[in-house]
Amino acid sequence: MPQFAGPTDPAADARWPDIKPRKGFFTDTSICIGCKACEVACKEWNHNPRDGDLELLESSYDNTGALGASTWRHVAFIEQGRERIEQARESGRTLVDLGMPSVGAPAPDAAAPPSAQSAIPDTPEFRWLISSDVCKHCTHAGCLDVCPTGALFRTEFGTVVVQADVCNGCGTCVAGCPFGVVERRTDGTAAPKAKRGERKGEQPDVPNLGVAQKCTLCYDRLIDDEAPACAKTCPTTSIKFGDREHMVALAKDRVAELHAQGRTEARLYGANELDGVGGTGSVFLLLDEPEVYGLPPDPRVSTADLPRMYKRAGIAAAGMAAAAILAFVGGRR
Amino acid sequence: MTTSEFDSVRPPDPPGRRRRDGRRRRRARMDGSTDGSREMAMVPEPEFTSYYGRPVVKPAPWGSDIAAYLFLGGVAGGSAVLGAGAQLSGRDTLRRNCRLSALTAVSLGAVALVRDLGRPERFLNMLRVIKLTSPMSVGSWILSAFSAGAGVAAVAEVDRMTGQRLPLGPLRRVLHAVEGPAGLEAAAFGPLLSVYTAVLLADTATPTWNDARDELPFVFVSSASLAASGLAMITTPPAETGPARKLAVAGVVGDVVATQVMHRRMDPVAAEPLHEGRPGTLLRVSEALVVAGGIGVVLGGRRRGVAAAAGVALLAASALTRFGVFEAGIRSAKDPRYTIEPQKRRLAARRAAGVTDDSITTSG
Repeated sequence: MPQFAGPTDPAADARWPDIKPRKGFFTDTSICIGCKACEVACKEWNHNPRDGDLELLESSYDNTGALGASTWRHVAFIEQGRERIEQARESGRTLVDLGMPSVGAPAPDAAAPPSAQSAIPDTPEFRWLISSDVCKHCTHAGCLDVCPTGALFRTEFGTVVVQADVCNGCGTCVAGCPFGVVERRTDGTAAPKAKRGERKGEQPDVPNLGVAQKCTLCYDRLIDDEAPACAKTCPTTSIKFGDREHMVALAKDRVAELHAQGRTEARLYGANELDGVGGTGSVFLLLDEPEVYGLPPDPRVSTADLPRMYKRAGIAAAGMAAAAILAFVGGRR
Repeated sequence: MTTSEFDSVRPPDPPGRRRRDGRRRRRARMDGSTDGSREMAMVPEPEFTSYYGRPVVKPAPWGSDIAAYLFLGGVAGGSAVLGAGAQLSGRDTLRRNCRLSALTAVSLGAVALVRDLGRPERFLNMLRVIKLTSPMSVGSWILSAFSAGAGVAAVAEVDRMTGQRLPLGPLRRVLHAVEGPAGLEAAAFGPLLSVYTAVLLADTATPTWNDARDELPFVFVSSASLAASGLAMITTPPAETGPARKLAVAGVVGDVVATQVMHRRMDPVAAEPLHEGRPGTLLRVSEALVVAGGIGVVLGGRRRGVAAAAGVALLAASALTRFGVFEAGIRSAKDPRYTIEPQKRRLAARRAAGVTDDSITTSG
């Protein structure tokens, strides 16, 4: 029986006859160097067109902006000073004190006391947070739930993919995603291009215009037992790919390792299957609060409340019908 | 060159670049001046943090077509309900006018819906599947079922009005045999057509719509009732619109009450777009028109001129309500504050209540 919230195996929920192990990413932002090779590899493999104008966004080295219809990997850059580093470390410590759940075996070196040499690699005055963001491939995917055409579907790997030839571009999934990942693709020609250097010469045709687009976790590569383009190209293994279970275990080991070094700011994002989206297929190790990276601090799939919404709507509709009946039978004026 | 005690620690920023530690960034660009002094922000940063002020969730890529559909769907649904009542109580003019209104409104609404699609030529894909988790899918089926009944009933009226001149042939007998049941079928789907759009908006990650999920259905059916009644009071002489006036008053009361309850119960930050800016103005004007229309109906509903004026006020009020709610949601999605602050608050509230196992952020 498919469910709207809570821990579950999404591929089994989708009634796949031959379920493959659920695949996912573990993005370890503590070793990302911001080379953006993932962005490039993703664009190349998936034939994603240019996304808007080429402009400097005045946001550190991030001139990509955000995830979108033609940007399925987005590297975020955040520059922080001493005060923010301290705050992040403190908020991470609070998280540990809260006794946030840690499912699975603890890392072997988790209990090791921080040694004198476990110098924190960042300078204390300044740090650069760099994180490659991607579709979360939620256990309970808002986009998938609200799609009216069946264009979005759950794969046998537990991921969420848009069928571009089925989607009619209604846009409901765009509003349904709690992470702002999926977007309807436009050719970006709405605004006149007058500035120098823009839209010079021929641009290649934009494929899949007007339909929803997002990361497929390289479904085509998965079928051939290949790693997604971004994970394959990542030079520092910041982006790891594999069975989700393994990814979560890796993530837990890594966060324990960082905590042992005194880096209490390290935390996991999406590894908890009791959260509002049932855990994400793409797990992240973050070094500050999620909203610093542009991630929602407490996402909740809206469909979890859908039964209640339908009930309220049913009551309202019945009320309208009752009011109309009373208006007609309640004595003639 | 100004001096301050912080100048010594300030890194030599190139002009136009500023380091704000990933906090909310003001859009102001500092072009021209190169001394850098104007960049000093002496006002403390707001507590709330975001990624360069960029939105967390994406707004639905919907234009005013969809807002118009919210209104037209309500008018159509309410008109079919009134039409069925008139049909059963023998009010022939009201029945005819309501049936025609229902078909006109639902047709315009459907055109607006299709126009807003990214690939309008694929609109029939909406009927590929029946998917209960998708209010858009459920709504497409409601709209189709409603349109079938409303269409048959309205065509029968047109046939009667033209003195049976429609080229129907032997189908005329069938048409007039099924027009009664068709009118009732449309009326059965009328309230659903009026209400499903509330679920469609609420079942999203758009902060203001989602947070209004408990009351929005009541706001929408009330708005639909008063709009359809208002339209009936414009098209039909007062002798037959007694029930429409009563439904209008019920709609006015429901609209005012549901809107007030909604504003009070919502998270204050998530509710903010309903009070501020253009959507706030639209909703305030709407409420004034609702009340004015209601008073007009109660005091002068039996006079044709007053009834028609009140009807116009109610129709306008309903349209403004839908546009206001629609635009407030789009606004709330574009500013990260409306996503982050309520989420942080509810997370903190759960932690304070001792629930620490359901956070997406974990320490290991």
